[in-house]
Amino acid sequence: MNVATYKTELDNSGGGLWPALLWSALLVVICGLIYPAVATVAGGLLFPQQARGSLVERDGKIVGSRLVAQPFADARYFQPRPSAAGYDPKALSGSNLASSNPALRERVTQDSAAVAAREGVAAESLPSDLVTTSGSGIDPHLSPAAAQVQVARVARARGLRADQVEALLHQHTQHRTLGVLGQPRVNVLELNLALDQLQR
Amino acid sequence: MAEILLILALSVLLAWPLGHYLARVLKGTPSRSDALFVPIESTIYNLLRIDPRRGMSWRGYALAFLVSNALLCVFAWLVFMFQHWLPLNPDGIPGMRWDLALHTAISFITNTNQQHYSGQAQLSYLSQMVGIVSLQVLTPMMGLGIAAAILRGLFGGLNAATAQEGEERNLGNYWVDVTRLSLRVFLPLSLVLSLALTSQGVPSTFAGAQTAQPIDASAGMAEQTIPVGPVAAMVATKQLGTNGGGWYGPNSAVPLENPTPLANALEIIAIVVLPIAVVFMVGPFTGRRRLTALVFGVMATLSVVSLGLAQWSEYQPNAAVAGLAAPGPNLEGKEVRFGASGSALWAAVTTQTSNGSVNAMHDSLNPLAGTVALVNMLINSIWGGIGCGLVGHLVFLLLSIFIAGLMIGRTPEVFGRKLETGEVRLLSFLIVLQSLVILGFTALALVIPGVAANSNPGLHGIAQVFYEYTSAYANNGSGFEGLGDASYWWNLSASATLLLGRYPCLLIPLLVAGRLARKRQAPESAGSLNIESATFGATMIAVIVLITVLSYLPALVLGTVGEQLMLAGG
Repeated sequence: MNVATYKTELDNSGGGLWPALLWSALLVVICGLIYPAVATVAGGLLFPQQARGSLVERDGKIVGSRLVAQPFADARYFQPRPSAAGYDPKALSGSNLASSNPALRERVTQDSAAVAAREGVAAESLPSDLVTTSGSGIDPHLSPAAAQVQVARVARARGLRADQVEALLHQHTQHRTLGVLGQPRVNVLELNLALDQLQR
Repeated sequence: MAEILLILALSVLLAWPLGHYLARVLKGTPSRSDALFVPIESTIYNLLRIDPRRGMSWRGYALAFLVSNALLCVFAWLVFMFQHWLPLNPDGIPGMRWDLALHTAISFITNTNQQHYSGQAQLSYLSQMVGIVSLQVLTPMMGLGIAAAILRGLFGGLNAATAQEGEERNLGNYWVDVTRLSLRVFLPLSLVLSLALTSQGVPSTFAGAQTAQPIDASAGMAEQTIPVGPVAAMVATKQLGTNGGGWYGPNSAVPLENPTPLANALEIIAIVVLPIAVVFMVGPFTGRRRLTALVFGVMATLSVVSLGLAQWSEYQPNAAVAGLAAPGPNLEGKEVRFGASGSALWAAVTTQTSNGSVNAMHDSLNPLAGTVALVNMLINSIWGGIGCGLVGHLVFLLLSIFIAGLMIGRTPEVFGRKLETGEVRLLSFLIVLQSLVILGFTALALVIPGVAANSNPGLHGIAQVFYEYTSAYANNGSGFEGLGDASYWWNLSASATLLLGRYPCLLIPLLVAGRLARKRQAPESAGSLNIESATFGATMIAVIVLITVLSYLPALVLGTVGEQLMLAGG
C-alpha cells in the first residue's frame, strides 16, 4: 500500500457517524475485552500464586497477603509502619499531609514518643519509616533498621534470646534486586509467621 | 544513583528501536507481522466500508478524531453510571453518580486519568476493562495519530509531490493510523508488560475480593478484605500509554499494583519508553534525523535538570519529622521498598510525560519536588504525553522560530514554508488559553467559599488547588490527593479543564499544519534559519522557560515555592 502515489479525492469529513460508531465498538471489544481476558487468563496460568493476590495460608486458612500489611498489637510481634488507612485495603490511602502542615508535626510527635517508649530507645534514634505513614496505607515492609529496633522487645515478650530473633530477621531481610534496584527491606507478615513457626 | 542510571539507560535503549518501529507502522511499510495483522485490519476496514488508502485533509482527520472521542466518552459515561446492572461485578459495586461518572469518562477520553474515585471500591471489573482499559489503549494512539498528521503537514502532506500550491493536503487516514498503532504497537507491548507484572505479584484474576483472617486478633481487625481482579492487564496499559489511572486509589504506591523494585523499574521504563520513542520516530518518519537530535536534546536537558532537583529534594528530611526520628530522607507518603530515590525518580518522570501515575503521595513531597512536578506539567512537553507531548513541543518550536526570526530580522520559515501572522496568532492563543483556564479556575475555587475542599492549611492549600487544575489541563492526572475532589464543583470544573487541555491543544496545531502544508515551499538556503542546531536548541529552552516562568511564577510563589522558603526559614 503506497499512500503517497494513490490518487483519489481526500476525505474532508472524517467519514461521518457510521464508521466512527462501528470502529469504536470493534476497538472496545479488542482492547477492552479480548486483550484483558487474554492477559488475565495467561497471567493466571503462568503465575497462579501471584495472580490470586500472593495469599498466605496457615492451617488451611487464608491469613493475609504478603503484599498487604496487617495490624499487629501484641508485643510478641514486629509492628508494621503506621497506616493512614487503618490497614484496610478497601480504604487504601496515604496521609496526604504536607510537610508544612502542623497536623503532621503533631501526629509524628505522638507516634515518635509512643514508638520510643514501646521499644525503650531515644526518639532521635528511630528510623524514620517507623514514624511516617506509607503512600498506600498497606506497606508490608520495614527497613532493616526499623525491624532491628524491635528485636529486643519481641525477644523479651517471647522468652527468646535476642540473637535467635536477630538470626530470623537476617534470614528474612531482602536485599536490593540485582544489587541496585529498590531498598533493603523486611516483610513484616512473613517475619511474624516465621516467629510463630519457631515456637510451635 | 546506579538505579536511576540503569533505568534511564534501558529506557533510551528500548525507545530507539521502538521509535523506528513506530515510523514503519505509521508509514505502512510492509513487515513480516503483516501475515498476522493484515487480516484483522482488513476485516475492520471492510466492516467500516472505508478505503484505507484514501487520505484525509486536516479537517477530515480532526472530525474523525472528534466524533470517535465523543462516542467513546458517552459509552464510558453510561458504563460507569450503570455498572451495577452489567456483568463482571463480583464485589457488587454500585453505579457512579452522574457527575463523577462524567468526570471519569472525560478524564480517560482525554488521556488524563485524573481520578476522583478509588477503583478498588468504586469500579466493577467490566468498567475497568471496557471503560478504562480500552480508553487507555486508544487515547494515546489517537494522540500519536494527530502528531503524525501534523508532521506530515509540516512537510507538505503525503501528496506534496503532486499537489498544487493552495491545494488541500493529505495528512493520512485517522482510522488506519490509530488501528495500526493500537494493534501493532500498543497491545503487544501491554501483553508482555502485563505478564511480567503478574510474575512480580500484580493480581490477574476474574475472582472477587479475597477475605483473610489476620494473625493477631488483639489488633482489632477480624477480617481483612483484599481486593483483586484483572489488575495486571490494566496496570500495563496505564503505564505504557501516559495514562496513569490506577486500579487502586493510591495507584502504584499500592504493593498489589507495584509489588517489587523490579516491578517498579519496569513500570518506570513503561512510563517513558513510548514518549521517548516518539522523539526517535521523528527522524525516520520525516527523513530529518537532525530534527530528532534537536527535539531529543531540548527534552533530555530539561528532563535531567528536573530529575536532579526532585532527587535532591526528597533526600532532605521531612520538616515535620525533624528531631523526632533519626535524620534521613523524606519517607512520609512513600513505600519502604522504593525509598526516596525510586519515588522521586517516578515523581519526576510521571509529570514530565503526562502520565500521572504515582508511587508516592505527591501531597507529602517536600515542597521543592512538588514545585518540580508542577513546572513539569506546566511545560508539559519534556517528553510529554504520547503524541501530544511532541505536538506541544512543536508549538514551542514554531513560536521559537517566530521569535528567533524577529530577533535576526528574517521572515520566519519552517522547513521552507512561511510562518505568518495567522499561524502565530493561533499558536499564541494556546499559551493564553493555558493561563486563562488554570489561573482562572484556581482563583475561582479559592474565592468561592466552600468549594476548594483543600486539606492542608496555608500556602500548601493554595498549591493543592493550583496542582489539580494544572494536572487536569496538562492531561496528567496526578494530584495533591488530600483535596476533597469528589464534589460537583471539582467534577465539573475539572471536566471543563480536561477538555480545554486536550482538544484545542491538539486541533489548533493540526489546523496550523494544514495551513502550512498548502503553502509554497521555498528551497532551504544558506540564508534560512538553521533550526537543527545547538544554538537554536538553547533558544528553545530559553523560550520554554520564559513563557512558563512569566505566566506562572506568582502562582508558584503563592504555593510550593513560598512553602519551601517558609520551611527553610524555620
